[in-house]
Amino acid sequence: MTTDGPANPPREAQTVLAAGPLQPGAGGGDLTDELIKADWWTDSMVAASGIPIVDVPFVTVGGGIGSFVTVDYLRIAGVPTDKMRVLSDIDFPWQTYEYLTRVSQIPRPERIRSDSASRPDNIWGFPSYALSEAIHDKTLKSLRQVLVEPIWADYYTPRAGMVFENLERESKRIRFSDMLVKGQVRMIRRRQGGGYFTILTPPEAKPSRRIAYRSQYVHVAVGYPGLKFLPELQTFRTENQDFYHVVSAYEDHEHVYDRLRVKPGVVLIRGGGIVSSRVLQRLMDDRAKYNLNTEIVHLFRTFIDKAHGPNQWMRRKGANGFAYQGFNYPKSVWGGQLKAKMRRLEGERRATEYKLMGGTNTPWRRSWQRQMREGRTAGWYRLMSGTVEQMKVRDDGKVVSQVKTAQGLVDIPADFVIDCTGLEADVSEHRVLNDLLEHSGAGRNPVGRLDVERDFELRGTASPPGAMYASGAATLGGYFPGVDTFLGLQIAAQEITDDLARRRFCRKIGPARSLGQWMRWAGNREP
Amino acid sequence: MVPTLNGRIQTRFFLLAVVGGAITAIIVPFLPLASAPLGDKYRDGFIVLASVAVVGIAWELLYHFLMQWRWEKDWPTLFGLVEGVPEGVLIWFLLREGWVPGIVGKVSTDAFLIQFILVWLGVWLVANGPMRVPFIRWRFRGGRLA
Repeated sequence: MTTDGPANPPREAQTVLAAGPLQPGAGGGDLTDELIKADWWTDSMVAASGIPIVDVPFVTVGGGIGSFVTVDYLRIAGVPTDKMRVLSDIDFPWQTYEYLTRVSQIPRPERIRSDSASRPDNIWGFPSYALSEAIHDKTLKSLRQVLVEPIWADYYTPRAGMVFENLERESKRIRFSDMLVKGQVRMIRRRQGGGYFTILTPPEAKPSRRIAYRSQYVHVAVGYPGLKFLPELQTFRTENQDFYHVVSAYEDHEHVYDRLRVKPGVVLIRGGGIVSSRVLQRLMDDRAKYNLNTEIVHLFRTFIDKAHGPNQWMRRKGANGFAYQGFNYPKSVWGGQLKAKMRRLEGERRATEYKLMGGTNTPWRRSWQRQMREGRTAGWYRLMSGTVEQMKVRDDGKVVSQVKTAQGLVDIPADFVIDCTGLEADVSEHRVLNDLLEHSGAGRNPVGRLDVERDFELRGTASPPGAMYASGAATLGGYFPGVDTFLGLQIAAQEITDDLARRRFCRKIGPARSLGQWMRWAGNREP
Repeated sequence: MVPTLNGRIQTRFFLLAVVGGAITAIIVPFLPLASAPLGDKYRDGFIVLASVAVVGIAWELLYHFLMQWRWEKDWPTLFGLVEGVPEGVLIWFLLREGWVPGIVGKVSTDAFLIQFILVWLGVWLVANGPMRVPFIRWRFRGGRLA
C-alpha cells in the first residue's frame, strides 16, 4: 500500500544481542513445543531454544499511535531511549492510521473527528490545534470556531495533514526511531523470576528466526485486528470471489469513484457512522464537481429519526437515519462526568452504561446537512431502514440486495455496495491478544475485550516486580470509556506513566517537570 | 470544558486566588477609587474577589444542573465567558446594597467593572489553555486539582 511517509526514513535501533548464553539446544533459534505450550518461561528454556535474548526494561508492542503516545509520555517522564524498545510492523506510528483515514475518505487536507485539544504530539493539549492553526495560517477562523462551538458553529476538528506533520515533528524530537525495532510480535509470556519475554520475528529472519526481548514491563497497543464485514457482504464476496462491486470503506476502493465518473451508477451504503458520512461526502462532492448522476441508497439497520434516549438527561440528537454526537463518545468521557461515573462501575452495571452511550453515530456538520438535504429533495439520495436477507448478482451485472423492511421484502439493485460498518474488534481474532488470553493470564471485561485495571495494567498478567499494560481498542469496556481515541490513548499513557513512576521506572510528572518539559516541546528540544 | 461539580468549584477557587489575586494585586493602585489608604483599597479588592468565589459556589451548582440537559455533558467555552455577566451583575448589586461584609471604602462602579472584567477574562483565558501546562491531570479529572 502506498502511504505518505516522513522525509527521512526511520533508522532501526541497534539491537544489543545475546545477554544470555547461546546453548546448542534442540531449537535452531526458533520456538520449541515446550515454549509454545508453557504459560511461564524460564531463562534456560529460552536459551535452550537458541533464541537470542535482548534485555530492555520496557517494551511496547504495536508501534502505532498507542505505543507512540506511551513512549512520548515516558520520555517526558525522564526515561532515556536506551531503556525502551518499540516492537512494530510499521515504519512510523501514524502509518496505519493514515492509511485507514485515507481510504475511508479523509485525505490529508480533510478534517478528522477529533477535538482541538486532543494532540497526540503534545501531552498538554496546549497550544491546541485551533490555536496552532490560527498562528500557522494567520487566521482567526479556527479561534472563532472554538470560541462558539458547538452552539454557533460545528465542533472544530484538525486537518489530518496537520496531525501527521506534528506527529512527525514530535517523533523526531523524542528520537522515536532510536527505539524502533521492526518485526512481527508472536507472543508475550511471563518469566519465572519476574518480567516477560516478548518474541519478535524480525523481517529478514536472520541470523535467527526469532528474538526474545526480556523486559520488566510490557505495553500492548496493537489496534484493530482487521476489517469487519457484515455477514451477508462477507458471504457474497467469498462465494462470488467479487471484491470489486462489494467493498469495505476501510480498504482502498478508489475504483468505485473512478467508475462513477465514467458511467452513472447506483451506490448502496451500509452503516450510519462517521465513515458513511465521509463516503457520502465524497460521492456528493464528486457528483457536484463532475456533474454526475450518481444515485445513492443509504440503508440503516437502526433508523434514528428523532432525539432518542431513556430520559431527558440522556437524550442524543437524531434525524434522517443518523444519531448525532460530536465525537466518538460523549465528550465528558474524556475527563468529565461520564469518566468519573464509569470509573466507579463494575460488571453488569458498567456494561449497561456502555450500551446507553453506544450505538453508531456521526457528527453534525452544517456542510453535510446541506448536501444531504439537497440529495433528499432532488431524490438522488434515498434512505431506507432494514436488514439484508441475501445478495445476488443480476444478469445485467448489478448486485441486488434483498432487504427486509417494515413494508416487506424490497430488492435494491446497485452497481456498488460500500460497507461502512467498521473494523474487526474481537480480541481473539488477533494472534498476540488471543495468546495473552490463553497463556498469559489475561481475562475479558464485561464488554468482552481485555480486562484492564484503572491504571491499564492487564488484570491477571502480573509478573512481579514486572507488569504488563494494554491500551487502545483492545481494552474497550473497562473503567475508562474512550480508549480508541487520541486523547484516550494519552489518558491511558498518563495512568501507565504514573504507575511506572510509583514503581520507580520513571519520574513523576509534577508541575515543575511538566512546565520545563513543555518549554522543551515548544522549543523542539529533546525531553 | 468537561467539568464535574467538585472540579468546577476547585478550579474556580484556585484560579480566582492565583490569577485573580495576581491581577488584583497589580491593578488596585490604579483603579478609579475615592481617596483612601492603599491598605483599605487592597482589602476591598480582595474581598470582592473572595465574594465572587463564595457566591460562585451557588452559580456552579446552577451551571452543573443546566449542564445535565446536554448529551455531551460539556460546558461550552463561550458559556464560561458569558457567565461573567450575571455573576458580575449580582456581585455589583450586593456591593451596592452593602451586603458584602468587610468592605471599608466605597467601591465605585467603574472600579468594580475594571477589576471584575480583567479578573474574569484572565481566569477564563488561563482555564482554556495555559492551565493544562503545569497541571497535566487536571482536565482528565473534571477540573479537580486535589
